[in-house]
Amino acid sequence: MELNFFRYKNIFIILSSVLFITSIIFIIFKGFNFGVDFKGGTVIEIKTEKVVKIENIRISLNKNHFENYSVKEFGSNDNFVIYLDIKENKPTIAQDLKNNLEKDLKEKITIRRVENVGPKIGDELIKAGFLSLILCILAIYAYLWLRFEWQFSLGGIIALIHDITITAGVFSLFGLQFDISIVAALLTILGYSINDTVIIYDRIRENLKRDSKSDLQILINESLNNTLSRTIKTSLTTLLTILAILFFGGEVLRGFAFAVSFGIIIGTYSSIYIASPILIYFKIKRDWTKKIDTTP
Amino acid sequence: MLNFSKLKIFTIIIFLIFSTYIFLGNFNFFKKTNLFLDKNINLGLDLQGGSYLLLEIDIQPLKIKKLDDKAVEIRKILREENINYKNFNIAKEGISFEINDIKNKEQTIKLLEGSKTKSDFFDKITGSSQNEKKEIILKIQNLNFNINFSEDFERKIKKDAMSQSLEIVRKRIDQLGTKEPNIQQKGDIRIIVELPGLSDPSTFKNILGKTAQLSFKFLKSSSDILGSEKIKSKIDGSILDVEKRLILSGENLIDAQPGYDQQNKQPIVSFKLDRVGANKFANATKDNVGRPLAIILDNEVISAPVIREPILTGSGQISGNFTTEEANQLAVLLRSGALPAPMKIVEERTVGPDLGEDSIRYGIISFVIGFLLVFIFMIYSYKIFGLFANIALFFNVVILLSLLSLLGATLTLPGIAGVILTVGMAIDANVIIYEKIKDEFKLEKNVIIAFDNAFKKSYLTIIDSNLTTLIAGIILFFLGSGPVKGFAVTLCLGIITSFFTAFTISRLIVSKFILTKKNEIFSLKWN
Repeated sequence: MELNFFRYKNIFIILSSVLFITSIIFIIFKGFNFGVDFKGGTVIEIKTEKVVKIENIRISLNKNHFENYSVKEFGSNDNFVIYLDIKENKPTIAQDLKNNLEKDLKEKITIRRVENVGPKIGDELIKAGFLSLILCILAIYAYLWLRFEWQFSLGGIIALIHDITITAGVFSLFGLQFDISIVAALLTILGYSINDTVIIYDRIRENLKRDSKSDLQILINESLNNTLSRTIKTSLTTLLTILAILFFGGEVLRGFAFAVSFGIIIGTYSSIYIASPILIYFKIKRDWTKKIDTTP
Repeated sequence: MLNFSKLKIFTIIIFLIFSTYIFLGNFNFFKKTNLFLDKNINLGLDLQGGSYLLLEIDIQPLKIKKLDDKAVEIRKILREENINYKNFNIAKEGISFEINDIKNKEQTIKLLEGSKTKSDFFDKITGSSQNEKKEIILKIQNLNFNINFSEDFERKIKKDAMSQSLEIVRKRIDQLGTKEPNIQQKGDIRIIVELPGLSDPSTFKNILGKTAQLSFKFLKSSSDILGSEKIKSKIDGSILDVEKRLILSGENLIDAQPGYDQQNKQPIVSFKLDRVGANKFANATKDNVGRPLAIILDNEVISAPVIREPILTGSGQISGNFTTEEANQLAVLLRSGALPAPMKIVEERTVGPDLGEDSIRYGIISFVIGFLLVFIFMIYSYKIFGLFANIALFFNVVILLSLLSLLGATLTLPGIAGVILTVGMAIDANVIIYEKIKDEFKLEKNVIIAFDNAFKKSYLTIIDSNLTTLIAGIILFFLGSGPVKGFAVTLCLGIITSFFTAFTISRLIVSKFILTKKNEIFSLKWN
């Protein structure tokens, strides 16, 4: 069975462009719901012995003059995360909060986690995160260039930027918390989602060497068909493990697992529908006779 | 690629046995015997519970203080040489002043440039008098002079302050006592403190955030020469007028212990001075019986006792409405000494033990489920060859974990995610090889050659695809701290081990299998 990946080529290119541009618009104008890593402040996660209404926690916080806070359930209804807009480190803040809540709710409370990030650290992490993404893109670009011709590395990088921008766009659109683990997820997507592309490119090049006459589109389509089964299977195995983390790995890893799952799916799509068809526009070298074959 | 020499097979098997041995050493029920090495994976603070604190030194006040000292010296020189000056000013940009007479310009320059070699103040700091690096930079414009520390010297100030602070932080934490604290420098002005197993670090945070500059000064009286300054009292919040003259500082302290006042049973801190300090204190108290003394800690008067009699023994006590806890903390601070510069906690991550346990449980559950899903998928896709891949995959995890144990790496929750994720990625190598075998079957009827070609041709593709992930992992390693770094470590190592297992274990099993069952191979259904 031979699939024609080029039949709806334009539709997919338009779709991807729209998603990409929408993502950028969201990222610029709506921004991210930054986690404490990036915006600084104090996060306290508590667990109550019995189920407690979230309003009661709010009432207690108001009563004790906490300002600019937010409370949300975290995974279950006896587990809450309280964010306080207090950037400096107050040594007893968690204990004070616990004592106040225990008094007001008449309920035993365990502090599960306290995170405090100063403003300087937050800025540094944003910068380092952004820089590492740029650096990773450049490094992969250089590597692809070393292994393939520039047209391939350009195609691969366009697909990668497409993948992480849309993943980030989803985080912006839904206001999902964006913290350092999401940057880790984006880096993982960069490193992993290029794999499928590399496999397909390998095959395209192999077919180009074998056949310098046929239409480029036919050759690419053939290559995509050749590699389709492994493209899907390799993505699927990794997806299976990250889905296990998404559903069973607990609340702390959820954002990370979601980003990686989404990135793998969109990365597989873009390997097939973006990275490969785009090569047609890049004037790929057709005469490979002079080049010494380096692949075994 | 299908032929393995006996030696190679032997090496692979020995390696697997060794890895399994190291791997098993991580489990408690095996560790009860003495058969296993003491190489274990450390659990990160997010799994075992504990506190991570990042401290930052503020170097600016120290620099200003050094500039102050320098200014005193310059004034002295100018006075000695009868050079008139005006607009003397000290700011963080340096010391500036204007000389009145242009005739003095040359002489002033000479004096200032000479002062840095003449002065023993700098020799004390640099530890050598032949230091050729410039310590001050002199900028002259008409009659205006500006003196600032050179970059080299500022770096030196920073470095010295850092090493002193590191030592004092160590002392303070030792004094408080906790199991296996980890204290290390990060960059030039930061210190990482990791306190495993600590669910409430408030005492540590209290102690670490204090500079603990202790000074003894008299409250202002009418016969004051040196001037006074206003300092807030911690006891009742009032503002006290305190003499600028320093009687004694914390440097002269040799011991401090918490205790209770014998009369009113209030918590106090008793202290002991060294000989120099005892002499100074004796002289000061002798002449000032009846005057109130201010005991100042970090710009706050913590106690203002009246001198009832001369204190000649070099020991005394501080009482200031402390709680027992406060008295303990103060004693720790005084015993460990003052920080050369103020320090702040700029980042904290504390995880309670029960969240840590939950995280371990979630990690194990999702690992088992992820592994099983891949296991089933591979059997479904590639039948008996899927099983081979799964065996290799299992050993991949064993090797990865034994490698982490040997390196003494720290396993964090994201690190566990990394292990799980590499399970999914490691199997990719097998998928690529098996799919290639399918391709080869179309071209080549000889089973052995087909398999051999497939392994050969996949080699480079697998390196390619692993390398890009490795690049991302390495960048992440340098970006991240703590938990995220743990993810980078397991991801990178997992990729390396997966490459190894695909081309040794998996290839070995597959080759043994097809070499013994050459004829049946065609009956195998792929997909």
